[in-house]
Amino acid sequence: MNIFVLMKRTFDTEERISISGGKIADDGAEFIINPYDEYAIEEAIQLRDAHSGEVTVVSVGSEEAEKQLRTALAMGADKAVLINIEDDVEESDQFTTARILGEFLKDKEADLIIAGNVAIDGGSGQVGPRVAEQLDIPYVTTITSIEVEGQKVTIVRDVEGDSETIETSLPLLVTAQQGLNDPRYPSLPGIMKAKKKPLEELELDDLDLEEDDVEPKTKTIDIYLPPKKEAGRVLEGEIDAQVKELVNLLHKEAKVI
Amino acid sequence: MSKKILVLAEAREGALRNVSFEAIAAGKKLSNGGEIVSVLIGEGISSLSQELVEYGADKVVTVEHDKLKQYSSDGYAQALLAAIEAESPDGIVFGHTALGKDLSPRIASKLGSGLISDVTSIEESGGKLVFIRPIYSGKAFEKKVVNGGLVFVTIRPNNIDPLPKEEGRSAEVTSLNVDITDLRTIIKDVVRKATDGVDLSEAKVIVAGGRGVKSESGFEPLKELADLLGGAVGASRGACDAEYCDYSLQIGQTGKVVTPDLYIACGISGAIQHMAGMSNSKVIVAINKDPEANIFKVADYGIVGDLFDVVPLLIEEFKKIKVS
Ligand SMILES: Cc1cc2nc3c(=O)[nH]c(=O)nc-3n(C[C@H](O)[C@H](O)[C@H](O)COP(=O)(O)OP(=O)(O)OC[C@H]3O[C@@H](n4cnc5c(N)ncnc54)[C@H](O)[C@@H]3O)c2cc1C
Ligand SMILES: Cc1cc2nc3c(=O)[nH]c(=O)nc-3n(C[C@H](O)[C@H](O)[C@H](O)COP(=O)(O)OP(=O)(O)OC[C@H]3O[C@@H](n4cnc5c(N)ncnc54)[C@H](O)[C@@H]3O)c2cc1C
Repeated sequence: MNIFVLMKRTFDTEERISISGGKIADDGAEFIINPYDEYAIEEAIQLRDAHSGEVTVVSVGSEEAEKQLRTALAMGADKAVLINIEDDVEESDQFTTARILGEFLKDKEADLIIAGNVAIDGGSGQVGPRVAEQLDIPYVTTITSIEVEGQKVTIVRDVEGDSETIETSLPLLVTAQQGLNDPRYPSLPGIMKAKKKPLEELELDDLDLEEDDVEPKTKTIDIYLPPKKEAGRVLEGEIDAQVKELVNLLHKEAKVI
Repeated sequence: MSKKILVLAEAREGALRNVSFEAIAAGKKLSNGGEIVSVLIGEGISSLSQELVEYGADKVVTVEHDKLKQYSSDGYAQALLAAIEAESPDGIVFGHTALGKDLSPRIASKLGSGLISDVTSIEESGGKLVFIRPIYSGKAFEKKVVNGGLVFVTIRPNNIDPLPKEEGRSAEVTSLNVDITDLRTIIKDVVRKATDGVDLSEAKVIVAGGRGVKSESGFEPLKELADLLGGAVGASRGACDAEYCDYSLQIGQTGKVVTPDLYIACGISGAIQHMAGMSNSKVIVAINKDPEANIFKVADYGIVGDLFDVVPLLIEEFKKIKVS
C-alpha cells in the first residue's frame, strides 16, 4: 500500500502561552508532532507492516519541521517530505495548506492518506477533508479503527460519542481520532536508521505553484489571550458552610441557578 | 449592502438541534438586513420547516431523498451544492458539530472559498465582519476576517444566542429535487451511545466527573445533581478510560466541546485537553480534594474537599432553593 501521512508541527499547548506583537511568542516554546498526527503515523506504520508498501510523511511549513519529520522516520515511516514555504508565503490559511498538499499528492497514486482530525493549535479540522475534495477521493473523519482488505475498507468512526461503521474503498483519506491506537516511541535503532532515511525538501516552484495560487482566503488580524478571569474563589470553612455559600453565590451572584 | 445568507439546519432523531437556530441568528449578523435561507436536508423532515421560520428563517429550502436519511459527506454535499447553486448566497453558516466539521471544508474547497471554523462570536469593526475563535486548545483567541468573496463560517454550539421565537411567523418553504447518486462511503451500522435526555453540547448545566469519581456507581450522585438542575452529565477522558462511564460523555479536545452556563467539575484535574472542551463555560465550579489541581485555575468557585461529601450536600441545598 502506498500510504501518505499529513503531519503538522505544532506548538505544545500544554506549555505556557504568551503573546508578543499580536502573535503567539514562539521563542523557547516546545514544538511537537500534532498529537492526532501521531495516531496517523502509527496507523500508517501498522498498515504497512500488515500489507507491505511504503509510508511517506509530508509536512508543509518551515525548515524547523525537519525535527518532527525525523521523529516520524524514527517511529518507522519510510520517507519524509518537507514542503518549505517559508520564503514564498507570507500569510497562509487552511486553503493555502490544503492547496499545496493537494498539488503535491495529485500524481502520487496514494492508496491511503491519513491526517489528524484537528491540529491542537490552529484547531479548524479543515485540512484533511479539503485535500480529499481536491483529489476527488472519498474521506472519513474522526476514525477509531480501520481495516483494509484488498480495495475494501471497513472503518469505525466516532460521531459525537456514537460509533458508525462505514464501508468504503481505496483510494481514500481518513482523519485520526484519539483511540485509534497507541503511538509508539521511537526506539534507539529507529533513531539511528532515521538519519539515513530520505527527507526531501520541496518549494512551491517544484509543485508548479505560484504565490498567487495559494493566496489565503482569510486573514488573522489579532491574537489575544482570554480576558483574565478574576481569580476564582476557593471557599473556606466547614464543608457544609462552603456548600451553602456556593449555592448562594450561584443563585444570587452568578445567577446561573 | 444586504446579503443573502444560507444556513444549514441540523436535525437529530426527528428534532432540530438548537445550533440550527443559533446559525440563523449568526446569519442575521452576516446578512445586514438581507435574506436568511435555511436548508434542511434529510428524509421526511419537511415538517420541521415551520420551526426554522419561527426562529427567523426568511425562506426554507428542503432537500429530501431516501439516500439522505443518514448523513454522508457525498450525499449531503450533492444536496447542499444544489441549494447553493439555486440560491447563490453571499455567505454560509453551519454549526461546528460532527456533521458541520465533516462537511464544511469539503464545500469550501469545492467552492474555492475560505472557511472560518469554530466561531464563538461575531463583531463588526469599521464596516467589516470580524470572527472570533479559540485557538491553542482554548488558551488564546484569534480575530479573523475574510479577504473577499464568500463568507463561510461554522459556529460553536451554545455561544451565539438564537433569536426570540415568533410563533406563527410565516415564510416561503420550497423543496428542491436533487438526484443523489454515487455514495462512496456507506454506513453499515450505527451504535448510538449518546444517552437520552439533554444533549451535552446544548446543555445549560453540566455536572462532570473525572477519575476522582472512582467507579461507575460513583457517577450516581452526579446524575442526581444534574437531573435536579435540568442538566446533563459529562466526564473527563480519565473517567472514560477507567470505564466509569461511556466515551459518549467525554468532554474535551477529543470529546465534546461544551459551553454551558454552569459547569461543575467533580474529581477532574484539569488537563489542557479537557479544558479545551469546557473553558469557555460561563461559570465553572471545581470540586477537588487537591488544592493544587489545575482545574482551580479556570474555576470561578472552588471547593477543596471530597466530592462524595460535597455533592450530596449540594443536592440538599439546591433542593431547598427549588422549593422556595
Ligand atoms: C509560513 C506560515 C505562515 C502562516 N501564517 C498564518 C497566518 O497568517 N494566519 C493563520 O491563521 N495561520 C497561519 N499559518 C498556519 C497555517 O495556515 C494553518 O495552521 C494551517 O493551514 C493548518 O490549519 P489548522 O491549524 O486549522 O489545521 P487543521 O485543519 O486542524 O489540521 C488537521 C490536520 O491536517 C493536517 N495538516 C494541517 N496543517 C498541516 C501542514 N502544515 N502540513 C501537513 N499537514 C497538515 C494534519 O494532519 C492535521 O492533523 C501559517 C503557517 C506557516 C507555515
Ligand atoms: C491527544 C489527547 C487528547 C485528549 N483528549 C482529552 C479529552 O477530550 N478530554 C479529557 O478529559 N481528556 C483528554 N485527554 C487526557 C488528559 O490529558 C487527561 O489525562 C485526563 O483529562 C485526566 O482525567 P481526570 O482529570 O479525570 O484524571 P486525573 O488527572 O487522574 O485527575 C483526577 C482528579 O480527581 C481528584 N480526586 C480524586 N479523588 C477525589 C475525591 N474523592 N474528591 C474530589 N477530588 C478527587 C484528584 O485530586 C485529581 O485532581 C487527552 C489526551 C491526549 C494526549
